[in-house]
Amino acid sequence: MWDTVFPYLLSGISVGGQYALIAIGYTMVYGILRLINFAHGDVFMVAGIVMVYIAASGVPLWLSIPLVLIITALVGFLIERVAYKPLRSAPRMSVMISAIGVSYTLQNLVLYVTGGLNKQYPTIPWVSETIVLGAAKTKLVTVVTPILVIILVAALVTLINKTKIGMAMRAVSKDFETSQLMGIKINSVISATFVIGSFLAGVGSLLYFTNYSTVIQTSGAMPGLKAFVAAVFGGIGSIPGAVIGAFLIGIMENIIKGLDVILFKSGVITKPLGLATFSDAFTFALLIIILVVKPTGLFGEAATDKV
Amino acid sequence: MSLLYIKDLKVSYGGIEAIKGISLSVEKGEIVTLIGANGAGKSTTLRAISGLVPIQNGTITYDGQIISGQSPQKIVSEGIGMVPEGRRVFPNLTVLENLKIGAYLRKDDLAPDIEHVYQLFPRLKERSWQPAGTLSGGEQQMLAVGRAMMMRPKLLMMDEPSLGLAPLVIRDIFRIIQTLHEEGITILLVEQNANAALRIADSAYVLETGSITMHGTGKELLDNPQVKEAYLGKKRGAT
Repeated sequence: MWDTVFPYLLSGISVGGQYALIAIGYTMVYGILRLINFAHGDVFMVAGIVMVYIAASGVPLWLSIPLVLIITALVGFLIERVAYKPLRSAPRMSVMISAIGVSYTLQNLVLYVTGGLNKQYPTIPWVSETIVLGAAKTKLVTVVTPILVIILVAALVTLINKTKIGMAMRAVSKDFETSQLMGIKINSVISATFVIGSFLAGVGSLLYFTNYSTVIQTSGAMPGLKAFVAAVFGGIGSIPGAVIGAFLIGIMENIIKGLDVILFKSGVITKPLGLATFSDAFTFALLIIILVVKPTGLFGEAATDKV
Repeated sequence: MSLLYIKDLKVSYGGIEAIKGISLSVEKGEIVTLIGANGAGKSTTLRAISGLVPIQNGTITYDGQIISGQSPQKIVSEGIGMVPEGRRVFPNLTVLENLKIGAYLRKDDLAPDIEHVYQLFPRLKERSWQPAGTLSGGEQQMLAVGRAMMMRPKLLMMDEPSLGLAPLVIRDIFRIIQTLHEEGITILLVEQNANAALRIADSAYVLETGSITMHGTGKELLDNPQVKEAYLGKKRGAT
């Protein structure tokens, strides 16, 4: 039984970690701007495409990885400056529509550049090596992902709770105007939030595409949506919530993918039921259930109006 | 030369003139108070000085420099501190963090200033690790004052510091204002509690629907029959 479940659990943890890295970007931006940044999944996809082209141009790998991360962070920064900052005092709905516009713009830009073809993701050595863990045969990236996620989240939480910029972020997330009276440049703080979120999505893309091996302009949509559900599940605005939500969704999704096999091997069913088809549907059904039963998510704070 | 000098200030919100061309000055070391009813434009005046609302006309000069049109960050860095209306402490930050963020633009050692604030408000020291959102209204007001002191302002603007507080706490707040005054900080105080404000003010202005209708020393206005009737709740002729 355990031997059957274990490989699915393992890949669930891995995918969950990748979702977590994207979900942090959603939750941080929401925390500070009360905006669902619909373009975030596409930033993740752009990171993948940028990696494809950088590797193809012959840049050595040790240089291409930091380069991808820097470019991704820059893309996040530019999106905020161009599409969200001019709408700072506009109704929230306008900013959200702008975000949807950015999402389609990025997808179409990539469509234009790639011609709509699946691009082969470069093989990153070491993490692409196959390893055998008990009953599971997997790429090393599966094990690296959760460890890297924990390290990055610990660093991020330290940044937010112990540094001056982190303190400014927490202040701005509660009260723009009073933050300005403290001398905080709120635009710099918001930019920093987008840079961090996009950087993490960049890390996530390195891990995710190493597993999935091809990138296309719509590659960001599904992981982006899943990460968004994870952020809502954990309580949007909360970083630990987003991370835990992402791991839970990743694990549950993969267990469902393997449910047929698990049930068959344990003798519960005699012919496959095709349950794997429902793994995506499950995630979105979960979103509906959360929104109905506990809209603030696992760790979200109750919505309090600013006074 | 005045520390703060406002000339012909006009501020509009969506076509409605909230401030209709006021002029006032604040001398170094004084307590100046701005009294008036709800909606008279008192808070708007302070928000215009701190750069939070754009001004339509006029100039604001501080320490010999024109500051109108500058960003709030720049104005804070010039030494104008603000205790905003409704206290506006950061509820998710601890008391200590609220004090530290008050000194956001400073790069030197904050320890003596924090110690000084704790001396003035021993209650804050006891609650130093508590999130500010868990404090009582009076404690939050003290924190808002302490936070503003952390940037060592030359001019401290206070917007309705006594609003919604118990009479005993109000007495404490006014005592603190006088202490700050004795420490040499210039204070621009906006109050609905005209009686208490005029008692401690060196100079006072009465603001009515966006215009200044009276000006004098605190004592002059305290004895003025019109002020008595409109703001101090005393009928004309009664003593």
